[in-house]
Amino acid sequence: MIELKAIHKSYSTGQQQVHVLKGVDMFVAEGELVSIMGSSGSGKSTLLNIIGILDHYDSGHYRLAGTPINGLTERKAAYLRNRMIGFIFQAFNLLPFKNAMENVALPLYYMKVGRKERNRRAMEYLEMLNLTDRWNHMPNELSGGQKQRVAIARALVTQPKVILADEPTGALDSVTSQEIVEVLKNIHDLGNTIIVVTHEHEIAEQTQRQIILHDGLISSNEVDADILPIRA
Amino acid sequence: MIGFDGLQEILFTIKQNKLRTLLTAFGVFWGILMLILLLGAGTGMQNGVESQWGGDPDDAIFFVPGTTSVPYKGLSVGRQIELTQSDMQTIKQQVAGIRYISSENQLGSFRQAGSIITYKDKSTNVAVFGISDDFFNIKPHIEFPFGRQTNPYDTDESRKITVLGTRVAERLFPKEFDPVGEQVNVNGITLKIVGIFWDKGWEGRLSERLYMPLSAYQKIYGSGETVNLIVARITSDYDPAEKEKEVLELLQRRHNIAPDDRRAIHSWNVAEQTGETRAIFTGIDMFIWFVGLGTLMAGIVGVSNIMIITVKDRTQEIGVRKALGATPVSIVGTLMVESIMITAIAGYTGLVLGVAILELVAYLLNALNLSFAFFKNPEVNFQVAITALLLLIGVGAVAGLYPSLKAARIMPVEAMRAE
Ligand SMILES: Nc1ncnc2c1ncn2[C@@H]1O[C@H](COP(=O)(O)OP(=O)(O)O)[C@@H](O)[C@H]1O
Ligand SMILES: [Mg+2]
Repeated sequence: MIELKAIHKSYSTGQQQVHVLKGVDMFVAEGELVSIMGSSGSGKSTLLNIIGILDHYDSGHYRLAGTPINGLTERKAAYLRNRMIGFIFQAFNLLPFKNAMENVALPLYYMKVGRKERNRRAMEYLEMLNLTDRWNHMPNELSGGQKQRVAIARALVTQPKVILADEPTGALDSVTSQEIVEVLKNIHDLGNTIIVVTHEHEIAEQTQRQIILHDGLISSNEVDADILPIRA
Repeated sequence: MIGFDGLQEILFTIKQNKLRTLLTAFGVFWGILMLILLLGAGTGMQNGVESQWGGDPDDAIFFVPGTTSVPYKGLSVGRQIELTQSDMQTIKQQVAGIRYISSENQLGSFRQAGSIITYKDKSTNVAVFGISDDFFNIKPHIEFPFGRQTNPYDTDESRKITVLGTRVAERLFPKEFDPVGEQVNVNGITLKIVGIFWDKGWEGRLSERLYMPLSAYQKIYGSGETVNLIVARITSDYDPAEKEKEVLELLQRRHNIAPDDRRAIHSWNVAEQTGETRAIFTGIDMFIWFVGLGTLMAGIVGVSNIMIITVKDRTQEIGVRKALGATPVSIVGTLMVESIMITAIAGYTGLVLGVAILELVAYLLNALNLSFAFFKNPEVNFQVAITALLLLIGVGAVAGLYPSLKAARIMPVEAMRAE
């Protein structure tokens, strides 16, 4: 589903150039639930953003579901973000002037689904995340866990193949964190491919596979032999 | 590109960002309102000046007798000059390029409504004039709401007919009434009305007159050899100022007047006066354009600024929307439509309010019967106002276009990182 080869990425801040990803090779099969671990500043978010087509990479190759993500038109990139990927941000990134239902329905607007149908589907996902009674609350009227669940509902609502979560529990207490992990596991059981960035071992341990990012490279990649593709 | 759903999305966003919307809207509203009021005041001034103006054609020259102020050929000063019909005939014969010539002969003292006109039980004051056939050709701007002007037959047969000014007719007849064919009594003489005229000159005061053929006037009143005023129009191949001088010299010779005597015969030509009026108009025009363009510029700068700030403000939101699958086209389109909608509605409101204020001022001036020499009927050139509005909307959109294109093109993370 996701194939990365020799991905390089550096940021330039003023005069300095920070080489964050130094040739990352990574493969995630369809239906996998993997975690990306690494110390703070190791480039986990950078990597996940590239996978989510939210950021450019400098060199290397990236294929998402067989589509080369290289020199895409903006239109095509938007299409893939909308249909293929559900992104869950650490900072939730809900639009503050929309209520929970409207936030969840927003990706469907860009999918050109009609308003009624949008809201119906949004309510469906809010129900799945136990937020039915909060549908008309504004983000600032929701707790951190509730906001994250709204963000998850928004990531799921277009039924994308790939769910990417960047420290989805980073801002939450341990009980709420576990709830969110359960939700992700449930979604995984539905057949989605999920990549979770985290620095918490308890969470990483609940995924099928842990990828460890260190010094710009993947240092540990315990791959289940069964799901490895046959490579030439 | 936007569609009904998009419009709802935009309206929703506008509703949720009231302060910013209000600021933009107010800038545009104020700019257009000020512009309209300014244009209105400018036209009011122009209308005021114009109403002071006779409306005589550019090629008309005028001569009015006065008293001598320079001794000449043994004649003392203070001599009353009398211009006569034979002066007129001589001018016609001896001066080349005279197209039309006519005199104004007034009963009683010059430029006073000294006669009484009566119709049935109503009567009012009127100034009675005998005129020759060319008179209405010299004043082509005179309009005839009813009937006709005098014609050569009236003159030949010395018919007792009259052409009455609207200001007089209003006081004698009911509204919308066509008085052609009615008989009026002027100082005991019965005259038949053949026409009603409207002369906008002197703010309509020239319509407080009654004209009758000179022949009838002479027959009835036994005078008319001396004239109060001679007016002529010259053909287009001559310069009015030169002709004025030529005729003046002729008259000075005929009446033994010193060539440098300015008071014996007053003369003027319309072209010269028009030039002065034009200069005033140009002055007012330039003032309006100067302040108007200034206002518009301020509006444009304001709208552009707010658009740039708006886009900057919303870069994070744009990042989130892009991450969820918004295309650059939908983002730019939404921002543009939003900006155009706000500026259009605000600008239109300013336009309507501005026009309403002008109408109110005009109404009050009329209702309170206030008349100022240099302010009358403020009104606005709608085409200019609409152009200004469209310009403001267009520039607002263009000003927002560049930053929104930029924001729509950068990668979502970069946009979301923006503060
Ligand atoms: N926009 C940026 N500009 C400059 N440096 C950046 C930018 N984003 C991230 N970095 C740097 O890249 C490194 C990796 O960041 P990040 O991917 O956020 O790490 P993690 O998510 O693993 O904590 C850090 O050193 C960070 O300072
Ligand atoms: Mg991070």
